[in-house]
Amino acid sequence: MSATHQKSSPKSKDTPLLAGVGMTKSFGDLVANQDINFSIYPGELHALLGENGAGKSTFIKMVYGLLQPDQGYLEWRGERVTVTNPQQARGMGIGMVFQHFSLFEALTVAENIALALPPDFPRQKLSQMIKTKSAEYGIPLNPDSIIADLSVGQQQRVEIVRCLLQNPALLIMDEPTSVLTPQETDQLFEVLKRLANQGCAVLFISHKLDEIKQLTTRATILRGGIKVAEVKTKDQSTRQLAELMIGAKVKDIGALSTPKNSKTLFSVSGLSRSAEGPFDIALRDISFSVNAGEILGIAGIAGNGQSELMAALTGEWRPASAAGANKITIGTADMMALTPAARRRAGLAFIPEERNGHAAVPSMTLSENALLTGYDQDDVIRRGIINHDKTLAMARHISKTFDVRQPSDDPLASSLSGGNLQKFVVGREIIKVPQVLIVSQPTWGVDIGAAQFIRTAMANLAKQGSAVIMISQDLEEIFQIAHHIAVLNNGQLSETLKADDVTPEHIGLLMGESSRSHRDSTPVTDNISGDISGQGSGKARVSS
Amino acid sequence: MIILQRRKDIPTYLTIAVPIISILITVLAGGIIFALLGYPPLDALYEFFIAPLSRPDQVGNLLVKACPLIIISTGLIFCFRANVWNIGAEGQLILGAMGAGWVALSFPEAESRFMIIAMAVMAMLAGALWGAIPGLLKVRFKTNEILVSLMLTYIAIFLVDWTVRSPWRDPLAFGFPLTKAYPDAGLIPVMSLPGIGRLGQLHWGVPVAFLVAICGWFYLTRSLGGYQIKLMGDAPRAGRFAGFHQGRVTMFVMMVSGALAGLAGMIEVSANIGMLQPQISFGYGFTAIIVAFLARLNPLAAIAAGLVVALAELGGDTAQISMRIPKVVTGIFNGILLFMLLAGETLTHYRIVWVGVTEKASINKTSIKKDEASHG
Amino acid sequence: MAEELLLAILLTSVPLILAATGELVAEKSGVLNLGVEGMMLMGAVAAFGVASLTGSPYLGILGGGLAGLLISLIFAVFVLGLATNQVATGLALTIFGTGLSGLIGAPLVGQSIDGLPSLIIPWISDIPMIGAFFRLDFLAYLSVILVGLTAYVLNYTQFGLVLRAVGINHDSAHALGYPVLRVRFMAVLFGGFMAGLGGGYLPLVLTPHWAEGMTSGRGWIALALVVFASWQPWRVTAGAILFGGITIMQLVGQARGWAVPSQFLSMLPYFATITVLVLISRGGRIQFGAPAHLGKNFLITR
Repeated sequence: MSATHQKSSPKSKDTPLLAGVGMTKSFGDLVANQDINFSIYPGELHALLGENGAGKSTFIKMVYGLLQPDQGYLEWRGERVTVTNPQQARGMGIGMVFQHFSLFEALTVAENIALALPPDFPRQKLSQMIKTKSAEYGIPLNPDSIIADLSVGQQQRVEIVRCLLQNPALLIMDEPTSVLTPQETDQLFEVLKRLANQGCAVLFISHKLDEIKQLTTRATILRGGIKVAEVKTKDQSTRQLAELMIGAKVKDIGALSTPKNSKTLFSVSGLSRSAEGPFDIALRDISFSVNAGEILGIAGIAGNGQSELMAALTGEWRPASAAGANKITIGTADMMALTPAARRRAGLAFIPEERNGHAAVPSMTLSENALLTGYDQDDVIRRGIINHDKTLAMARHISKTFDVRQPSDDPLASSLSGGNLQKFVVGREIIKVPQVLIVSQPTWGVDIGAAQFIRTAMANLAKQGSAVIMISQDLEEIFQIAHHIAVLNNGQLSETLKADDVTPEHIGLLMGESSRSHRDSTPVTDNISGDISGQGSGKARVSS
Repeated sequence: MIILQRRKDIPTYLTIAVPIISILITVLAGGIIFALLGYPPLDALYEFFIAPLSRPDQVGNLLVKACPLIIISTGLIFCFRANVWNIGAEGQLILGAMGAGWVALSFPEAESRFMIIAMAVMAMLAGALWGAIPGLLKVRFKTNEILVSLMLTYIAIFLVDWTVRSPWRDPLAFGFPLTKAYPDAGLIPVMSLPGIGRLGQLHWGVPVAFLVAICGWFYLTRSLGGYQIKLMGDAPRAGRFAGFHQGRVTMFVMMVSGALAGLAGMIEVSANIGMLQPQISFGYGFTAIIVAFLARLNPLAAIAAGLVVALAELGGDTAQISMRIPKVVTGIFNGILLFMLLAGETLTHYRIVWVGVTEKASINKTSIKKDEASHG
Repeated sequence: MAEELLLAILLTSVPLILAATGELVAEKSGVLNLGVEGMMLMGAVAAFGVASLTGSPYLGILGGGLAGLLISLIFAVFVLGLATNQVATGLALTIFGTGLSGLIGAPLVGQSIDGLPSLIIPWISDIPMIGAFFRLDFLAYLSVILVGLTAYVLNYTQFGLVLRAVGINHDSAHALGYPVLRVRFMAVLFGGFMAGLGGGYLPLVLTPHWAEGMTSGRGWIALALVVFASWQPWRVTAGAILFGGITIMQLVGQARGWAVPSQFLSMLPYFATITVLVLISRGGRIQFGAPAHLGKNFLITR
């Protein structure tokens, strides 16, 4: 590290390493950043705090040269600079770890790192340097591994080592902990603190208040593209930080009472599924049951079998043969062989994680999206013909009941904001008052207001006597509304625990146990299936 | 420096303007190419686009040319909406013609009016089967349907060539590769319009084409089946989540388009030729792709689009005779037209924004991933 | 005799090797160009025209390559600049190229040219069988060099790494600051140049005159070869020789008057393509090497 920080001349004590002066950036009518002043000093652990859409990403993209400010400018070590591209930013000493990693799944660790290094970097020694550097920080990496074979936590190490090899003076971490277990998060914080001690500034972007208090010393808070505060984190409670971030008092949903003596409504037993593709996680002997009026939270880091479990529960995946121990029952009826439509008729409802293209179709109108899971309902379809008045009425009813803000009467789903579309998707299922609701990551990428609304709606559904199964990465969310918690880790589900009896730390331990490493060692690339065009290749973007 | 900005909503005038402007630019670009290659551009354009309509009977001939294009493109619209790329309609057309030919040649004495219906059914079956092959391989083995359907077209061309030279050849044809002429019951008669009489070669296949397009439009826009097709094309995951079966939709659209291409093949032969010969179609299966796009995947619009494209086809015939311009030149117009339509598609969804030169570096880096799923 | 046959097979495979290698590079960068057939036809007519005008088949090679490159430029502008659908744009390119080559070639029909001479390498070419590999022409030798060069650049250079990275994930490549569109632009043009060379080989070596649509589906077979080869340059070569073998076998069959009707023999290459596609797709082995972002557009937008 020494090479980089010899510039810690006395001057740098009071000159910020990086300063943004009056930074403004708009996209069309939207002002993403307005007149933002910002500074970070060498060795400082600085948080950039804000909700989704507050302008955090825009700001760091300008710092990293991916965007240019409309007005205002950056100063680097006291001198005005224009950062035109990421290569230049890296050359100056800025390293960046993206929230959605900028990794290439089919390439090796070494190749991925080589892509982020300047052209004159000595390649022959690269493998050795990766080993040394990663070991030095306690995050060992094998340079010859294929990225796709690594866990999400290991992938993040690749991103970090990629930055460290260039001895950065400023390291930007964009929402780094959203994919980590609490234990992995602690490990990451150790690395970051160590870097700060060596004089490297760390800009930490997050909306997780506890972590910000735990790690950083100062925080710049953005709301709606404007800098609303700059505070010393130790002077603020998490609640105060939250209020600064949201701009309003935070409401509690209110404690849930566990229903007493209710009967089991939904159960899964012995559910197993082998990995079909190179990126799949095998499910192993999953069993759980949910009582009427209860919410079961299934915690776990993404990529531990959530999507496989969800597909098995919805019926998008079904075992090849009906025989076997697999059983999904509602009441006493076995669901395992039924299609998603048949399961819906039996009283189940589902909300998959991905809004765009799974739970909803962006290129279709809301009424057509209402039809997606509603075509079995009263006379919407007669003799194969769609009753458009009925679908429109369904959509309007959902929008009205669930406060979906939409630009016109029956707009395309793509014209709704993420939060509003999610409210529509959740509303579409809850409005049917299903016996059992199965939902995955219900508030992923949704603003706090919509998230609270959605959680309240799910809690209310449970109060009406339905059973809710909520797969979520967000422990806060799980502890907020779930009565029982189970943890999905590497395709296995832990026993079900009472939410009142466990702590987040306990759940965190279950989430991180024996990190998954039993993947096949076969080289993996990607899953374009037998065609040259690939599945997503190119639908004619034509509409009638 | 230009960047593209996503439109929030798409103005109606654009959906109409894009095809019209595309046609105008195509004609202009075609003229320039003629000029560059030493043909008198105005004369050539006249031969292509005006001469074909200079006589009233030519209107009938235009409808006759448009007939197979409308039928085939209606089927292709089913496929393209489902994001299934059937490029082999030409082969399916040939198989359809062979299926109908087999019926016609098997019953040379037939006089029943059911003859023509039996031929149509057989043609649609044969075309559907030929279309089912790439569909089945795609569903079962994930084999690319573009390449398979295209290879099957080459195979179909050799197949019909063989049948008319060997097993089905008319021994009295002096060695020409022709079958016997179909019985009259196997022919589609020329229409006689009230008050006008005959209009060129206008035959009863043309109203059938209109009917096919209207039925196709109704099915695609009003029925649950049509909804499934669009759903599988736009967001297959959502389709499976809804409980629909992707493989079935793929098979269905491939077989519908195969059947319609087969029907077009039967009509071509029964109305215009009256027997099988090595060359049945003049690339209608490929040209119909352009029609489908020009119609923006709407079968009703395919009627108008079919007429526009048929005009260039007819013009190609005229120009070949009068100016010795090879027939393939029509492909230039078709290719440019498709380019323009595709560009128009982008410009419908995105606004072009001019940005000052000083911002060049910044704009280069400005990007939001184009959401593949978001505008199917 | 067997040696003559081998030579014929090698010659037949050269256009496929060239066109498929070019398409492979374009696909590695994430661009699916279905216009290979049209680009080959443009290359064929240009190579023939230039050779006929100048009397030099070597200038014909250059003419073919440049024509392929120029017409692929249209594809690049539409697909990369305007983010048009790649499948449909490729079809448009094939339709357009077929028509334009027909128009340009109309006055050339019936003419003939002196093709590329064989460059026989002394001594080695006398070795039985293996000698066939050393009695080829300039463009055939060049094609081997080009395949080797492509394999080297793709697998062992920084530029190749960037090109593969862009095809695997254009968002990541962009986030790291790589010019996604520029890389793809170059890959598409290279593909066009190679397809042009492959098309040019037909009139310059295989049949010394021009005919409309003389590629008769070779462009599509080249596309299938890229899949067959799992996006590996040397496997493209092996696959092309295999297809050359099937084509020659069919000609031999016809010449010897096998009992099978000639039309069925002529179907063989197309039938073989389908069979190979099914076999390759079936096991799921195809995934190896297929760029994850193949066929997806990257758009400068907001």
